[in-house]
Amino acid sequence: MSATIEFVIDGKEIQGQPGQTILEAAQQAGVYIPRLCYMKGLVPHGSCRVCTVLVNGRPQSACTQPVAPGMVVENNTEKVTALRRNIVEMLFVEGNHFCMFCEKSGNCELQALAYRLGIAAPKYPYLFPTRDIDMSHPDVFIDRNRCILCGRCVRASRDVDGKHVFDFVGRGPHKRVAVNAEVRLADTNLDVRDKAAEACPVGAIMKKRVGYAVPIGQRLYDHKPIGSEIENGKK
Amino acid sequence: MSDNLATVVRDICRKYGRERGRLMDIVRAVQEKFGCVSGPAMDLIAKEVGVRRVQVASVVTFYAFLSEQPKGQVVIRLCNDIIDQMAGAPDVARAFEEELGISFGQTTPDGKFSLEYAACIGMCDQAPAALVNDVPVTELSTDAARRIVRDLRKHMDPSRLVHRLGDGNNAHELVHAMVMNNIHLRGPVIFTPANRGEAIRKALAMTPAEVIRAVKTSRLRGRGGAGFPTGMKWEFTRAAPGDRKYIVCNADEGEPGTFKDRVLLTELPDRVFAGMTIAGYAVGAAEGILYLRAEYAYLQRFLEDLLDKRRAENLLGQNICGKAGFNFDIRIQMGAGAYVCGEETALLSSAEGSRGDPKNRPPFPAQKGYLDCPTVVNNVETLACVTKILEAGPATFSEHGSPGSTGTKLLSISGDCKVPGVFEVPFGIKLSEVLKLAGGEDAIAVQVGGASGQMIAREEFGRTICFDDLATGGSVMIFGPERNVLEVADKFMEFFVEESCGYCTPCRVGNVLLKERLERVIAGQGEPADLEYLQDLGQTIKTMSRCGLGQTSANPVLTTLKNFRATYNALVKKRTDGLQPAFDLGAAVGEAETIIGRKSEHAHA
Amino acid sequence: MAKPKVATTSLAGCFGCHMSLLDIDDRILKLVELVDFDKSPVDDIKEFTGRCAVGLIEGGCCNEENVKVLRDFRAHCDILISVGDCAIMGGIPAMRNGIPLQECYAEAYLKGPTVHNPSGRIPNDPELPLLLNRVYPCHEVVKIDYHLPGCPPPADTLWEALVALLSDKPVQLPYELVKYD
Repeated sequence: MSATIEFVIDGKEIQGQPGQTILEAAQQAGVYIPRLCYMKGLVPHGSCRVCTVLVNGRPQSACTQPVAPGMVVENNTEKVTALRRNIVEMLFVEGNHFCMFCEKSGNCELQALAYRLGIAAPKYPYLFPTRDIDMSHPDVFIDRNRCILCGRCVRASRDVDGKHVFDFVGRGPHKRVAVNAEVRLADTNLDVRDKAAEACPVGAIMKKRVGYAVPIGQRLYDHKPIGSEIENGKK
Repeated sequence: MSDNLATVVRDICRKYGRERGRLMDIVRAVQEKFGCVSGPAMDLIAKEVGVRRVQVASVVTFYAFLSEQPKGQVVIRLCNDIIDQMAGAPDVARAFEEELGISFGQTTPDGKFSLEYAACIGMCDQAPAALVNDVPVTELSTDAARRIVRDLRKHMDPSRLVHRLGDGNNAHELVHAMVMNNIHLRGPVIFTPANRGEAIRKALAMTPAEVIRAVKTSRLRGRGGAGFPTGMKWEFTRAAPGDRKYIVCNADEGEPGTFKDRVLLTELPDRVFAGMTIAGYAVGAAEGILYLRAEYAYLQRFLEDLLDKRRAENLLGQNICGKAGFNFDIRIQMGAGAYVCGEETALLSSAEGSRGDPKNRPPFPAQKGYLDCPTVVNNVETLACVTKILEAGPATFSEHGSPGSTGTKLLSISGDCKVPGVFEVPFGIKLSEVLKLAGGEDAIAVQVGGASGQMIAREEFGRTICFDDLATGGSVMIFGPERNVLEVADKFMEFFVEESCGYCTPCRVGNVLLKERLERVIAGQGEPADLEYLQDLGQTIKTMSRCGLGQTSANPVLTTLKNFRATYNALVKKRTDGLQPAFDLGAAVGEAETIIGRKSEHAHA
Repeated sequence: MAKPKVATTSLAGCFGCHMSLLDIDDRILKLVELVDFDKSPVDDIKEFTGRCAVGLIEGGCCNEENVKVLRDFRAHCDILISVGDCAIMGGIPAMRNGIPLQECYAEAYLKGPTVHNPSGRIPNDPELPLLLNRVYPCHEVVKIDYHLPGCPPPADTLWEALVALLSDKPVQLPYELVKYD
């Protein structure tokens, strides 16, 4: 028991284990910290910044910051929530998110986070970028209009599948996910059963022929906000 | 041709041991040889080095000096930072375009010339300046630009453009540059006569712990701008578990308006290399890396030669200066054009042969840095100070400056002043005194600390240069009465949009949005609510970004909002008609008017 | 006391949001007790007859006429609401935003698979409003007070929001009523 690390999130006492991140320890204790680029089983990326919390007043990404004894963490406060809302709004205007016909709608983590944060419309202007779609692969497609550059596909393919099908190219606003081929996903060794084919939190990398399978009203986030399952004690 | 490509790429990869960690050197060499790193070249490199093609692509597409598409035999990169713009870069740009018949971003049909803009190339005191391949050409005029193109058409040899040589080592045969040092004030620490080897010998007579104690006693703080205590950094690195440790010198001087590291590396590189060696002794490292920005490639041969000399004199190598068991050597890692690589963890990613993405912290470099080994990353000037501290003793060092900021600071001063150049000043000096030194007393605004620093208004010229007040890596940009500070801020935002690595959301997206709204305000389409929008967005970028670049990228807007509020207030006005002033129906229908061939009734009513 | 007035329009929309409004079913009887409809396709009033409390905008702005109508709504309505994803972010019509305008015209009038246009010309009739260079969300053209997302927003969403606004209460919708699809 001496290995337990005690700290506080929003006034609640949390007991973490050495080596755990704030996000993991919080989750274990039933505290949901919003996140997008985090995925269980993948190396934390710290890129979306949605999981940012204030640790003793300093902003840190909860998915990469290890727990330390006595730390005071601010998570679900007005200030932090407002900052997260801004980040989620940025992601919406950065891409072309046509929720109305997206196969991922209702099961999309970005959309669900916007619902949870109460976003009716982003305050930022839509950038309407020109992005491409790759339908070449028989079983999986890429719609880069929806990509939020979280790197889950990159890490899943590299670290879990051992294939390195995806990586980032370009810099800044020109950054995008490329495939390990001249252009086409079909020319890679991606298999529909790969972890990378199901790692996408949005509808950017999707399996073909399974869209819209679940009717509206029965999808993941139709009735309960994302994170409810953690807050209700189910891990 | 493709056989040739295969052979050359293979030879290049072998030269670097087919090591993944030397990918930067490999792609740089391929770029130099073929003017691009093409798809087939990436395939070949990937195969030789044992990585995926997409990993090679991720590196090639990250850096400004590398490209997938073929570049001209000669690439002219005109510096377009704000200081160069003020000094006439736009006219020079037009002259290049007219003479070459292409626009910026293009290559001549004969494949001979490419024209590009570069972020600050570290020549603000001799602006406008450009790089012609590796060769810096400075104090450009429209005539000079035309002459450069005409001369190049004759010989295609950029090194023959150097008709006059700069001062000091710029005239050294291995540098052979027209660059000037412009050292206008020599202080008691940096610009003092040096005795090669003295500091190292003194250090080696002490124990490593005593060397660290001496640096701690001097209260030396990092000169890159963040001001972390150097001795403490060394101590952490020394204490970190691991057999292999590294000393990295950050010579990726990319902050707009700074060029003092260039001058240090030109005039006092021995001090820098000595500082690295001493650091190696203190923390128990056997290898050092000088990460040199691509813009300073013209110094590479000179520095390599000096490393050879130091090896010959046993100031590097095995059992240095007869100290049994102390082995240390230094290699130069060239960058490839990315401001973010000045951020220490991004620099390490780059030195490891990857994209210059910053790393997550913790772990810090002192625990896990280069190749996951404990690593000290110090600025060029910091290491030069170390050498002086060992030479003259910590007390002599700390008697200069102010209590919280000991020693002197090199300032790179540019812009609207009589004598732009490098000044070694004691910490604690008032900004007004700095302006007097450089002949910039009529400034209306001074940007201290580069694009990521602060825009200071006249009322605050009494503030002091030190870590506790105006911290700066050395950049001081002076703006005279005819300048528009908001346009300067906009120029800095353009810089950050270009230079963001794109890893994290707030920096990648936020800066684009910040620039858009700032430009709306500058265009007179802003409302008071837009200033709140700028403040909130800027604060979000500052708070939520992952590395120092993003955390400071909103500063041009945030500090002008604070210090030049009246300028903003004069531009915005509250609207009562409920319309969005930025929406311009005339502009929005313009294209359709042309296609259809009639004028809009609504737009021109 | 006169009832407050409500106006509605569909700009670059599909009338789906208006259909959703009709989906409030028998509550429409309550609605007409609460309000009068002014300019709206519901009653086919073409021009504003007076000041309105609430304007409901469906669709974004894809042409000059949309802009004119939207500005007219802003001038006549105290509260303007973007109803549905098209008004909020352009929606399906905004999928053309990455395509050059010339190509859009060509596809519509010259090259499209179902086009029969022997003249080979893009029509130039003043009745056909000029297209904007891209589709604009309504709040980029005029100030918008509330956004009700959805494709379409559910009838309950529209009902709850309208009732709240007309009774001067804050618009606070439950989780299940704010969706983007």
